[in-house]
Amino acid sequence: MTGGLSRFGLGLLFWVMGLVLLVGIPLLNLLPQDSVFHVSDFTLNLFGKFFAFAILALGIDLIWGYTGILSLGHGVFFGLGAYAIGMHLMLEIGAEGVYGTSLPDFMVWNQVKELPWFWKPFSSFWFSLLAVVLVPMTFAAFFGFFVFRSRIRGVYFAIITQALALVAWLVFNRNETNLGGTNGLTNFKHILGYSINDPGTQRGMYVLTVFFLGLAFLLCRWITQSRAGRVLVAIRDCEQRVLFTGYSPANYKLFVFVISAGLAGIAGALYVPQVGIITPNQMGVLPSIEMAIWVAVGGRGTLTGAVVGAVGVNWTRSYLTNHFPDLWPFFLGGLFIAVVMFFPKGVVGIFSKLWTMVRVGKHKSVRPKVAEATE
Amino acid sequence: MTLSLKRILLVQVFVMSCSLLGFGAIGWAQESGTSSTPIEIIGVDHAMRALTDGAWTEKKIAVAYLIEHGEPDLLPQLEELRSNVNRRVRRLMKPVINLLRNKANLVSEDSEARRAAARDLGTRGGPEALPLLKNALSTENDRWVRYDLEEAINLINLEHADPQVRLAAITKLGDLRSAFALPDLEELAQQPADNLEQQTLTNAAAEASRRIQQWHDIAGGVETLLQGLSLSSILLLMALGLAIVFGLMGVINMAHGEMMMIGAYATFVVQEIFRAYLGEQFFDYYFIFALPCAFFVAAFIGWILEGTLIRFLYGRPLETLLVTWGVGLVLIQGARVIFGDLTAVQAPSWLKGGVQIMVGVRLPHNRLFIILLAIFCVAGIYLLLYRTGIGLRIRAVLQNREMSACLGIPTRKLDAYTFAFGSGLAGLAGSALTLVGNVDPELGRNYIVDSFMVVVAGGVGKLAGTIIAALGIGTLNKLLEPSFGAVYGKVTILVLIILFLQFRPSGLFTMKGRHLDS
Repeated sequence: MTGGLSRFGLGLLFWVMGLVLLVGIPLLNLLPQDSVFHVSDFTLNLFGKFFAFAILALGIDLIWGYTGILSLGHGVFFGLGAYAIGMHLMLEIGAEGVYGTSLPDFMVWNQVKELPWFWKPFSSFWFSLLAVVLVPMTFAAFFGFFVFRSRIRGVYFAIITQALALVAWLVFNRNETNLGGTNGLTNFKHILGYSINDPGTQRGMYVLTVFFLGLAFLLCRWITQSRAGRVLVAIRDCEQRVLFTGYSPANYKLFVFVISAGLAGIAGALYVPQVGIITPNQMGVLPSIEMAIWVAVGGRGTLTGAVVGAVGVNWTRSYLTNHFPDLWPFFLGGLFIAVVMFFPKGVVGIFSKLWTMVRVGKHKSVRPKVAEATE
Repeated sequence: MTLSLKRILLVQVFVMSCSLLGFGAIGWAQESGTSSTPIEIIGVDHAMRALTDGAWTEKKIAVAYLIEHGEPDLLPQLEELRSNVNRRVRRLMKPVINLLRNKANLVSEDSEARRAAARDLGTRGGPEALPLLKNALSTENDRWVRYDLEEAINLINLEHADPQVRLAAITKLGDLRSAFALPDLEELAQQPADNLEQQTLTNAAAEASRRIQQWHDIAGGVETLLQGLSLSSILLLMALGLAIVFGLMGVINMAHGEMMMIGAYATFVVQEIFRAYLGEQFFDYYFIFALPCAFFVAAFIGWILEGTLIRFLYGRPLETLLVTWGVGLVLIQGARVIFGDLTAVQAPSWLKGGVQIMVGVRLPHNRLFIILLAIFCVAGIYLLLYRTGIGLRIRAVLQNREMSACLGIPTRKLDAYTFAFGSGLAGLAGSALTLVGNVDPELGRNYIVDSFMVVVAGGVGKLAGTIIAALGIGTLNKLLEPSFGAVYGKVTILVLIILFLQFRPSGLFTMKGRHLDS
């Protein structure tokens, strides 16, 4: 995919990178604090968060980069997964909360006397794990069924999903939905009995995140290289022709929408234990559209691009918001403009171009191999 | 609405009982005064002297005298006196001052002041205000001031000693559909009737309160519709610019909300300039200058945006969406850096107040202004599109871009103008929004999704669709709000829009064409 790198080279790169991230970084974290190569708990945690975002970005890449459907509502699916695991963690606090009751603290504030019915199953860890994937997927299937059936596409789809993000944000912000309101779910204590703030637990979460990122990558690669993946790309390039060839674009679109919602849910579930909080603000309109820009920065239509973009943009974000808080919105806005205007293929596109130039020699013209991922 | 009304009524009942107590005390003072030390007060000057220097009983008599004979020109003296005496005397003087102040207001030029005075006397005054009110009624021409005067007279008569007068007052209040009388009438209707006379009164009160309640329900409905109309016109103002840009060029301008924000800040800046460099007497006119300013500033920024970014992205709507969102982010942060977080625009005095539509329903001037502005904009756009040469060209490009280009229409230039025009309309909308809310950098973000929903539901490329969708969504929003709450109302509307798009995928009104994609 990346220009001239062979399939074999790419595969090798994947496994090497995976091994470094999965084993190498946590090992460096175990080094003594004064060592030059020591990776601090904070950095490990930060990158764990970024890799969770990368899983989400893979899902968006699948639907936007490969199928050409821009969804501005993926924050909702991310949030659903995050809230599913968050609810379990809230219940696992048990009587250790401020008020010493088995109810989550915010319910005590809101004078809820009994655990609402939809909270009850979440006391089971395995049910919560299942919900992390199934709730976003079911919701996506339901929403997508109606939307794709009526052939809402292109910008209309983007706008409708944006409205969905707005509505979800509004609903989750309400206190009477019993989801923590504006403050969201936080102050978690344990996960499966392990203390959640313990460096060891966090290291475990990091390893788990990288592992799932690898799995998600392989899943996406399997999908995109299958026959169905070719149909997806065909839908991106000319949906009408796919329709007239006898395929049903709506079904394929629904399929990829549901898969990407599931990935978003997993990302949300991995995000919550590492960051320790989930609020409606992480699933609203603004974060949802930002997720799309991660993929655009990395490079649409390439799986590496999605990962690189998610990690890169978020790393820049945490750097800039720490050092120049006023500058970040300007930078983000500029990123939106610059990526679309000047680097339509993102970072990966730039590198593959450079790579080709090195290989072919810079006097020859370079023809992009990947079709435009525009419409 | 009902809540605030209830609160007002509660306060009034409270104030009323207070003043009744006050007057009772004076009556008692008069009696005791005459029995122990008979003082005769003749002339206002005498009363004022007694009030200033006299003993406590003299003061009471002086107050009673002033209530009967005082004129508003005593007010400055009384106010001055009040600021120099102790709390007990201040409380004693309060009814005089209130009465005289209302007396002054009853002959004011401003009908709003006359109405306020009548209402005040009706809810807080006692029988001593009756001659005043009757006198005012005999010379009053304004319908709504007359209404308030009559209401006040009958409210006072509810306490009259003669049952016949009370009965007449009850019936009249029922005729007037007086909202202020409702708590009293309901109380009267609950009273046990032990004789025939009392029974008649109770029945009349029950009948009157039923009529008032019924009217109140109707008025509530009308009010909801008016609120819906007002929200619709705001939505329409925003969606019009969007519909033009989106409909004509297929450009999704996510920075449209920020164009509104720019219009709002342009209004703010014009206001500040008027405040700083022109006299107080010109301040009221600033809004007239602010409207075109907002239009042109937003149009100019839109023109720059089109020339530098959007022209390179025609035919790639998703890319345009992302770029304009980025532009929006930059503009919001820019505004935050320049203007800070929250600023408010002061509405000119001619936009304060309101128009009484019917008993119990009032349309504030600023809402009326926004409705009129929306009508004006629709009319303007219609004339521009269907009655001018440039409009003809715009429509030609909309129908068939290539063919229009072949026929010599400068499509590039036309795109730039259209985009600027659409942005200018957003600026106007932003300017109008300053009348109903604060100005802050994220002003546009709150409305952008709604206005896109309007455009999508209305159908792209047809203004009639946008207008009907704006009216529909705005009214529906306000209709659902009382029973669903604002948030679930919005959720319901989104669900309805998605369901609606199942049946009409391209909106209410569609362009006729043979393109599969259109």
